[in-house]
Order: sequence, then structure tokens, then C-alpha cells
Amino acid sequence: MSSLRVESLRYLGNGPIDLIVAAGECVVLSGPSGAGKTLFLRAVADLDRSEGRVYLDSVERSTVPAPQWRRDVGFLMAESAWWAESVGAHFASVDRPLLEELGFSAEVTEWPIARLSSGERQRLALARLLAVHPKAVLLDEPTANLDAGNTAVVEGIVERYRVANAAAVVWVTHDRDQANRIADRSLAVANGRIEPVTNPAGAIEGSRS
Amino acid sequence: MNVISLSPLDLALAAGLLLTMAALTWYLRLGVTRSVLVAGLRTTVQLLLIGLVLRWLFANTSLALVSLLALVMLLAAGREVWVRPKRPFSGLWGFGVGTGALFLSSFTVLLFGLTVLVQPTPWYEPQYAIPLLGMLLGNTMTGIAVALDRLTGAAWSQRSVIEQRLLLGEDRWQAMGDVRDECIRSGLIPIINSMAAAGIVSLPGMMTGQILAGSPPVVAVQYQILIMFLIAAGTGFGTVAAVLVGCWRLFDDRHRLRLDRLG
Repeated sequence: MSSLRVESLRYLGNGPIDLIVAAGECVVLSGPSGAGKTLFLRAVADLDRSEGRVYLDSVERSTVPAPQWRRDVGFLMAESAWWAESVGAHFASVDRPLLEELGFSAEVTEWPIARLSSGERQRLALARLLAVHPKAVLLDEPTANLDAGNTAVVEGIVERYRVANAAAVVWVTHDRDQANRIADRSLAVANGRIEPVTNPAGAIEGSRS
Repeated sequence: MNVISLSPLDLALAAGLLLTMAALTWYLRLGVTRSVLVAGLRTTVQLLLIGLVLRWLFANTSLALVSLLALVMLLAAGREVWVRPKRPFSGLWGFGVGTGALFLSSFTVLLFGLTVLVQPTPWYEPQYAIPLLGMLLGNTMTGIAVALDRLTGAAWSQRSVIEQRLLLGEDRWQAMGDVRDECIRSGLIPIINSMAAAGIVSLPGMMTGQILAGSPPVVAVQYQILIMFLIAAGTGFGTVAAVLVGCWRLFDDRHRLRLDRLG
């Protein structure tokens, strides 16, 4: 059970932003490029300097060592980075069934990073993140390089993880249909602020819940 | 043993060779012609000046004067380390990281060399202290400059990898581990190479100078071995210190990569 609470968060000229994501809730953030969605997630993960308070349940960010905080609020960057030669060296623990579900055979851990496609990287990055067992999950366009089939697989895996761990999920996407499929609540980021989505078609609001 | 004095004509001819090389770089549009000329001019002026200073210092030995010259040499070396990296630390840190590491390693090794090994009387005898310090600073400077340039360059170019590792819960030292080791290695390679090649590929400059100036080769060799070891140790300590302090400065207490601290 982990809720994520953001209070008057200011970062790099953006904010203040308040946001509460309940334990087990999936909040979708959308908005034009450059609106500050990625910067918001970076600030929550304490990767950039920010003012304000962020809580995981009742635990305030500054009371936790930064590496521990980042393990707890797992942030999946839009572009994953890989440094070792083989895939396996990047994993805290290997969950073979999960890798299989993502479409990888058992020997994927031996694969050299150089031969991965961008879609493979994106799926492996999700598995790598979940191997750290974060209490909340921040996803920055996690299916941007994936076809429809793999997108569905990733959505399913995140859904299962969210429910099983009652994890708060913040999911950034440009894809309206995806937002409709996964969101408990949809919010828009604009001009460094977060607002409820207002769109004439009403396509997103009240989507899943 | 007589030393053959060089005439101004000899020096002028050598300078002509350098000018020819500069002309070649100009013809090839390498963009370094100016640097070559300025560096050549600096060598001439600086060495002439230090020659005069040393002549005067040898005649007036005092700890204060030796310390003053040592300080000037340290600051000059610190400046070279400071301006070399493409992305130096901004503010006082830019000068402080390299100069601090230079000071720690070179002066510690120098004191050890003077008081324990060579033991001139007085221990700060400028004929020994100044050339020793010069060689220590010169080599340590190169090692630190290379390592710091690599370090800040890698922090920029590998930002995504470093931040990715931070996001997966590594602390600053773990996230920088590969980069840090690579930087220290690159700072040590020149001195390792010169130790490995000494006597076979190259006759080290100091020994060559001593032999040219009339010292028996075996004495020159003994000094050169001593110097090589001191230089290697000083370069190693200085490079490690500079890279560790640099790594520390690249992050804040929340283990955030702080590229805004680079100029």
C-alpha cells in the first residue's frame, strides 16, 4: 500500500504542483511536448532540485536517503540507458516469467546491449525497473516505441503490478486511447501546472473508473 | 668535464625549425599555428626568466624565497589544469580541485624526497628542491588535467547513464564507478608509458640534461630512477585525489548529478 502525495512542488521555474495519487491508483499525465511532464517526474524522483514536499504514504522524501527514495518511486525514463555489455548485468534480480511475458527467451540476459532494438530496450527497461520493487511507479511514455501487441502486454504488466502491490502509478502518455484504457484519472500538464483534463469530446474524463 | 656552450645562433636555428613546423600547420589549416607560436614564445621567455631566478636563488638560499617560488610554480601549474578541460568546474572549484590535488601530492612527495631520500643541506637547498618540484608538478599536472577533462566530459556525455543508475537506486559513487576508474586510469597512462619506455625508447629529459651537462651517466641514471618513482607516485596520488574530489563535487547531498556546477 503506497500512496504518492506531492505538495507545492516547485522545480526549474515550474509549479507549484499538488498531486495525490492513491495507493493502487493510475493517474495519466498528458500535455504538449515541453509542458514539463518529464521534468515533473524527474523532480518527484529527486533527480533535479525542487522545493516542496513529496510523501510516499507518510514518509517524506527528505527523511529518506536519496538512493532509497529512488528505489521506492521507480521512474522509467522515456529513453532508457544501458552501461554494461550484457543485458543481465543491469538487473537487480531476474524474473524469468516476466521477461518471457515481455517476449524474451531465457538467454536474453546474455544478449549484448548493442543488438537491442529501441522497442526491446523499452520493454527490458520496464522489467529492470520492476526488479527493484518500487512502491510507486512513474512511467514516461513507456510504450512510445512499441507496437500494439507489446503495448497491450506492457499495460497488462503495469496493471498487475499496480494491483498486486497497491502501487501508485503516474503514467505520462500522448496517446488518448491508451489514457482511456488505463487511467483512473487523467490530468493535463500545461505551463508548469497540473489541471484536470478538459477537452470538448470528453474522451478522457471519467474514462475507466 | 667541459660543457659545450650553445651559441645564440644554435638557438636561432632550432627556433627556425619550430617556425617551419608552425608554417606547415598554417599551410594545412590545422588552426593550431597561433598556439604553437605562443607556446614557443612562452617556453623561451619562461625558461630565460627561471634561469635568471634560479641563478639569483642559488646565490641567496632562503626557505622563504624557495617557498615563494614554489608557490608561484604551484599556481602556474594549477592554472594549466584549470584551463585545460573543455568543461571545468565553475567558480573557485575550477581552480581549487586541480590546484588542491597538485599541492597535496606534489608537496608531500617533494618533502619526502628532500628530507628522507636526497637529504641536501639545508633540506630546501634550491638546486635540488626547485627542479624536483618542477618535475613533480609538470607530470602531476598532466595527469590531473587529463583525468579532470575526462571526468567532466564524461559527466556530460554520459549523463543519461549516470542518471539511469541513480534512478535504479545506486548512490553517487556506484553510479560514477566506471567513469571514475576510467578517468584515473587515463591520468596514469602517460607516466606508466614513460616508465615502461624509459631507457629503451626514450632517454628521460632530466637524465639527458644531466648527461649533456657533464654528469657521469650512472649518477644521472640513479637520479632519474628516483625521480621516475617520485613522479609516478605523485601523479597517482594527485590524480586519484582530483578525481575523487571532482566526483564528489559533481553531485549534491541528495545524489543528484549537478552539471550546473560545470562552466
